[in-house]
Amino acid sequence: MTDTDQERDRNKETAFYKFTQQTLPACKPVLTPAWVITIFLFTGCIFIPVGLVTLRASRSVVEIVDRYDAECVPESFRIDKVSYVQDDSIPKNCSRFLKVHKYMKAPIYIYYQLDNYYQNHRRYVKSRSDQQLLHGRKYHGTSSCQPVEFNNDHAIVPCGLVAWSLFNDTFKFIRERAELKVNRKNIAWKSDRDHKFGKKVYPYNFQNGTLIGGGKLNPRIPLSDQEDLIVWMRISALPSFRKLYGRIEEDLDVDDVVVVHLMNNYNTYSFSGKKKLVLSTSSWLGGKNDFLGLAYVFVGSSSLILALVFMLLHLRYRRPYGDTIYLPWNRKSLSV
Amino acid sequence: MKRYVYINDDESLQELYCDNQISNRKYTVLNFLPKNLWEQFSRFMNQYFLLIACLQLWSLITPVNPASTWGPLIFIFAVSASKEAWDDYNRYLSDKKANEKEVWVVRQGIKKHVQAQDIHVGNIVWLRENDEVPCDLVLIGTSDPQGLCYVETAALDGETDLKTRVIPSACMGIDFELLHKIKGVIECPNPDKDIRRFDANLRLFPPFIDNDVCPLTIKNTILQSCYLRNTEWACGVAVYTGNETKLGMSRGIPEPKLTAMDAMIDKLTGAIFVFQIVVVMVLGIAGNVWKDTEARKQWYVLYPYEGPWYELLVIPLRFELLCSIMIPISIKVSLDLVKSLYAKFIDWDNEMIDQETGIPSHAANTAISEDLGQVEYILTDKTGTLTENRMIFRRCCISGIFYGNESGDALKDVELLNAVAGSSPDVVRFLTVMAICNTVIPVKSKTGAILYKAQSQDEDALVNAAARLHVVYVNKNANILEIRFNGSVIQYEVLETLEFTSDRKRMSVVVKDCQNGKIILLSKGADEAILPYAYAGQQTRTFIEAVEQYAQLGLRTLCLAWRELKEDEYQEWSLMFKEASSTLVDREWRIAEVCQRLEHDFEILGVTAIEDRLQDGVPETIETLRKAGINFWMLTGDKQNTAIQIALSCNFISPEPKGQLLLIDGKTEDEVCRSLERVLLTMRITSSEPKDVAFVVDGWALEIALKHYRKAFTELAILSRTAICCRVTPSQKAQLVELLKSCDYRTLAIGDGGNDVRMIQQADIGVGISGREGLQAARAADYSIGKFRFLKRLILVHGRYSYNRTAFLSQYSFYKSLVICFIQIFFSFISGVSGTSLFNSVSLMAYNVFYTSVPVLVSVLDKDLSEGTIMQHPQILFYCQAGRAFVVALETNSFTILQHLAIWGNLVAFYVINWIFSAVPSSGMYTIMFRLCRQPSYWITMFLIVAAGMG
Repeated sequence: MTDTDQERDRNKETAFYKFTQQTLPACKPVLTPAWVITIFLFTGCIFIPVGLVTLRASRSVVEIVDRYDAECVPESFRIDKVSYVQDDSIPKNCSRFLKVHKYMKAPIYIYYQLDNYYQNHRRYVKSRSDQQLLHGRKYHGTSSCQPVEFNNDHAIVPCGLVAWSLFNDTFKFIRERAELKVNRKNIAWKSDRDHKFGKKVYPYNFQNGTLIGGGKLNPRIPLSDQEDLIVWMRISALPSFRKLYGRIEEDLDVDDVVVVHLMNNYNTYSFSGKKKLVLSTSSWLGGKNDFLGLAYVFVGSSSLILALVFMLLHLRYRRPYGDTIYLPWNRKSLSV
Repeated sequence: MKRYVYINDDESLQELYCDNQISNRKYTVLNFLPKNLWEQFSRFMNQYFLLIACLQLWSLITPVNPASTWGPLIFIFAVSASKEAWDDYNRYLSDKKANEKEVWVVRQGIKKHVQAQDIHVGNIVWLRENDEVPCDLVLIGTSDPQGLCYVETAALDGETDLKTRVIPSACMGIDFELLHKIKGVIECPNPDKDIRRFDANLRLFPPFIDNDVCPLTIKNTILQSCYLRNTEWACGVAVYTGNETKLGMSRGIPEPKLTAMDAMIDKLTGAIFVFQIVVVMVLGIAGNVWKDTEARKQWYVLYPYEGPWYELLVIPLRFELLCSIMIPISIKVSLDLVKSLYAKFIDWDNEMIDQETGIPSHAANTAISEDLGQVEYILTDKTGTLTENRMIFRRCCISGIFYGNESGDALKDVELLNAVAGSSPDVVRFLTVMAICNTVIPVKSKTGAILYKAQSQDEDALVNAAARLHVVYVNKNANILEIRFNGSVIQYEVLETLEFTSDRKRMSVVVKDCQNGKIILLSKGADEAILPYAYAGQQTRTFIEAVEQYAQLGLRTLCLAWRELKEDEYQEWSLMFKEASSTLVDREWRIAEVCQRLEHDFEILGVTAIEDRLQDGVPETIETLRKAGINFWMLTGDKQNTAIQIALSCNFISPEPKGQLLLIDGKTEDEVCRSLERVLLTMRITSSEPKDVAFVVDGWALEIALKHYRKAFTELAILSRTAICCRVTPSQKAQLVELLKSCDYRTLAIGDGGNDVRMIQQADIGVGISGREGLQAARAADYSIGKFRFLKRLILVHGRYSYNRTAFLSQYSFYKSLVICFIQIFFSFISGVSGTSLFNSVSLMAYNVFYTSVPVLVSVLDKDLSEGTIMQHPQILFYCQAGRAFVVALETNSFTILQHLAIWGNLVAFYVINWIFSAVPSSGMYTIMFRLCRQPSYWITMFLIVAAGMG
C-alpha cells in the first residue's frame, strides 16, 4: 500500500469526508408494526396515570363562584343599569351570601372575574407606556398612551387606557360577624413591583380630568405599591379572565356562610359584561382545571385503543417485512 | 455594421473604440447599492416583503415591532448582497490582474512595455512564446518563416490540441523591422461572439506591397485568452479590445433556468397571497363591523366617534401585516443555501470521479438539482457519449476488396500488408488520402517519434493507421506536406483546404504533387456526401454494400475519393474560392457553394471503417433509467445503420421479436407524410401492448416533418418512448428538445461535442461529458460528468435526494408560516377582531429565524431510502416525476448526528433565548419564562402537547 493510498484511507475516516459523501452514520427509525404498537402501549400506560393524578389534583380544589353584577343593581334601576352605575350619587353597596360546601384550607384566593371584557383589544393593549410606569414624569415619550395621554398639558401618570380603566369594585368578607382577614399585599409579581413600576412614581394627576374611567389611586403611594394597578395592568389574553384581589388567610369550614359587602362601582353594563367573585383554594397544580387531566386520560386511552386495533390488524394480516412484491409497480405486473 | 481598424495609427480612433480594459464586474463601488437593491427588488417576493416592511413603519397599524420584519429582511438582503459583492470583488481582482499585465506594444514606431489595459484598437502587440493573448489580434508577423504560429485555445473553447494560425498572405515576407511601421486598414465586422468566424479584409497602405484586398479568416487571428505555443514570437494588430473581444462578447450571462419545483413554489406563493388577501378582506370587514357595533359599547376602548378618512382601511391593513408571515421570508435564502449544497455534493461525490482522467463531476448550475429527479426525457448524443470516442481503424474496402473482415483488424490483414508492400497503386492512393486529407499537424517529439495533433478523432485514427501501413505523414512545413512511403519521401503542396462542416459532411484538400506537378483533389466524407458524386460510369455498388455491412457492425464509415484536376480548371475555381472566402456576408454558405463546384466526378477509392467502442456500463445505465420511467432519444449525426446497431448493443432498443422499429423516411413531403402517418397508426395500435416500439427518423425526413407535420410528429413524440434520429444537425437537435419541452416534458440533454452545445443549452438540464472532443459541451452544460454511466447516479441518487429535500424544505417553510399565521387569525376572533398580535416581536422573529429556519436546513442530509435501494428499484423515481413528493406528509426519515444536533440544539436554543430575554428587566417577557418553568402544570402541558403531536 502506498502512502497516498494510506492517506486516502485515513481521509475516509474523517467526519468531513463522510459528510461530503453523504455517508454520515444515521439512525433510521423504521416504524414496524411491533414498534408502533409498543409506542402506543407505552404512551397509554404513562398517560392514563398522569391524567388521573392531574385530575385528582384539580378536583381537590374547592371553588366558589358568584356572579353579582345583575343582582347588585336595585330593582328600580334594573331597566337602565348603565345610568345606575354611572350615577355617583347613588350608593353602590351590595351584600352577597356565600355558602361554603366543602372545607377550604387557607390560603383562599379571592379573584374577580370579568367576562366579555376585551383587555386584548388592540387599542387597549397598545395604550400604555411601560417607561412612564417605571420613570414617572421624567419620561416624555408617552404618545402610545393615546387617547388618555394628557391632562391640562401634563402627562397623566400612569397614562393610557389600561390604567385609566382600572377595576374599582371592592370586597369585604364577614364570617359570623367577624371580618375575615384579607391579605391584599403581595398579589402582584415581585418582578413587576421591583423592576416594572417605579418606586418614586406617584399618580399625582390620575383620574383628575374630565374623562373618568375606572378606579382612582392614592396619590401618596408610589406605583410600585399600587398592587391592584399592577395586577390590572398585566393584561389578559382572553376576553374572559380572573384577576387576583387578595388572600383570605383563615380556613373556612363546611356550612360557613361568608357575607360579602361589595361596592358595585365598575361599569360592565354598557357592554353586557359579567362580573363574578371567585373564592378558590389551590393545589400543587394550581387552580381548578379539569381539562389537563381529561386530555391526558383521553390521549392515553385512545393510544391504548389504537395499540389494540393495530395489534389485532397485525395478527390478522401478517406479512414479511421488506417484501418487494408489495411495491406498487410490482403489484401492477402481478395483476396483469 | 463594419469597423475599420487603421493599423498603427496613433492619432485617430483612440476614442472611437474602447480600450483594452477588461471588466467582468457587474457593479462599481458607487452603483453597487442602488443596482443590487434594484435587482433584488425586481423579484416579486422581495417587493412584497418591502411593502410589508414599509407598512410596518406606520405605528397605528403595526401589530409588532417593525424590527421583526426589518431584521430578517435586512439580513436576507445583506446575505444576497454580500454574496454578490464577494463574487464581484473576485472578478475585480482577476480583471485587475489581467489589466495590469505588461505587454509589448508599438507606440510611435517604438516597442514599449505598457499595461494590457492601455492597448487600443489598431495597436500592434508583440507576444513571446507562452504569453497569453491580451485581446483579439489579427496576425501580421511571426518568427516562423512561413508565417505560422501555434496557439492553445483551451480557455476559449476547451479544446486542448494546438491550432495553427497563419499570417495573411499580404503580410507574408515583411521584414521584422518593418513590422513596426506597417500601415493599413482592416475592415472587419462589429464585435460578435462567434469564435469560429472572422470574415474580414485587410488592405495595406503603400509602401507595403500593394493595395490589394486580402481576405482574413479566423485562421489569421489569435483571440484573447489563447496562449502562444511553439512559436518564438508573433505580432498582431488589435482589432477587438476589452469587453468587445470574441471572448468578452460570448461571456454573457446565461439565461437562468427555472426548475419545475421553483415554478411550483412560485405558484404556491401566488395562491397563498390570494388566500391571504381573502383572509384580510374577510377579517377586515368583520373587524370594521365589530368596531361599529361592539367596540363603541366597550367604553374602556374609547373609540372616537369621528375617525380619520382612512379609518376603514386601518383594520384590514393591520390584518395584512399580521398575515404577512404567511409567505415565508426565509424560503428563498434557505433554498439557495441548500441548492448550493446539493451542487457541492455532486462535486464531492467520489463515485462520480472518472478514474481514468481523475476529473470529478461538476455542477456548474447550482440552482436546478431537483429537476434532475423529475427528468422524463433524456436526449443523448451517440459519439463520445454512449461510445468512448476512441477511434480505432478496423476495416477497409479498397476498390472492391474487403480487408480486415476475417481478423477484425485491417492492420493485421496479411493481404493488405502484401498489397502495401507490393505498392498496389489503388492501395497507395487510398493510404495517401488517409494520410493527408485532413487538418492534422505532426509534431516531432524529442525522442523522434511523431505525434499527431488532430482536431477530430477520426482523422487521428486514419493518420495513425496509415502510418502503421507505412505511409507515414512525417512533416508539415507551411504548405508542404511530406509523406514517407517505403523509404522514399514524397512531397505535396497544399493549395487549398475545403474544410469540414456538418452541413457538407465532407472535407477535401487540393494538393499539388511536387514530383510531377499534378493537381489532385482528395476528399473524404460521409457516404451520402461522396458516393453520389462519383464520376459517371463508376460502379459504386460494392462501396454501398461495404458501407452497409460496416454500419451493421456498428462501425463508422468514411468514403475516400480523389480526382485529378486540370491546371486551368483549378485556376478558374481558385479565383471563385478566393472571392467567396473574402466575402463578409454569408461567407460559409458561399464557400460551400463554391466547394460544390469542385467536388464532383470523384473516383471513389474505398471505404474505411472505424470502431468506436461503447463506454462501460452504458447498457445497464440505460436499462436502469428506462425502468425509472425515463424515455430515451438518441440524436446523432451518424448513419442510420450505425445508429441502430449502437442502439441495439446498448439496450436502447430491443431486438426484433420484442421490439419493433418503425422507419420514417422519404425525400419528398408526400413520402414523409405517408410514412409518418403509417408509423403513427402502428404506434397507436401497439401502445397497449407490452412491446418496445421505437421510431427512426433521419435528418431530411425530420426537417420536413418538423416543418409541415409538426402536429403529427408531436403526437408521435408523445407516444413513443424511444426514438433514434440520425443524421441530424445541431440545430435540429435543439429543435427536438424544444418540441419535447413544448409538450411540458422535463428534458435532459447529454452530449460531449460542440455539435451538442445548442441542444444542451436548450434543454431543461444540460449534461456535458468532459470527453475527448474537448470541453465545449461540458462548459455549456449545467452538469459535467466524466462518463455516461454516472448519469444513473446523478439522476437516481442526487436528483432524487435533491428533489425530496427541496420538497420537504419548501413544504416545511410554508407549513410553519401558516401554523403561526393561523394562530394569529384564530386569536383575532377572541380579541375583538382588532388585529392584536398574540406573540411579541422577539418571539415572532426568533420563531422565523432561529427555531424554524435553521433546523430545517439540516434536512439536506435526509435520506429516505438508501442509495442501494434506489438503484435496485429505479421505479421509485416515478413519484418524483409526477411531482408527488410535494404533497406527501412531512417526515424526516433518517437522523444523522447533524440532524440530532440541530433538533436538540434547537430545543436548547429555545430555552436559552427565552431565558435570556426573561432576564432583561426592560423586555416585555421579564421573568415570565422563570415563572413558567417553576410551574408543574407547564411541564405537564408541554409533555401532553409533544406526545399528542407525535401521535
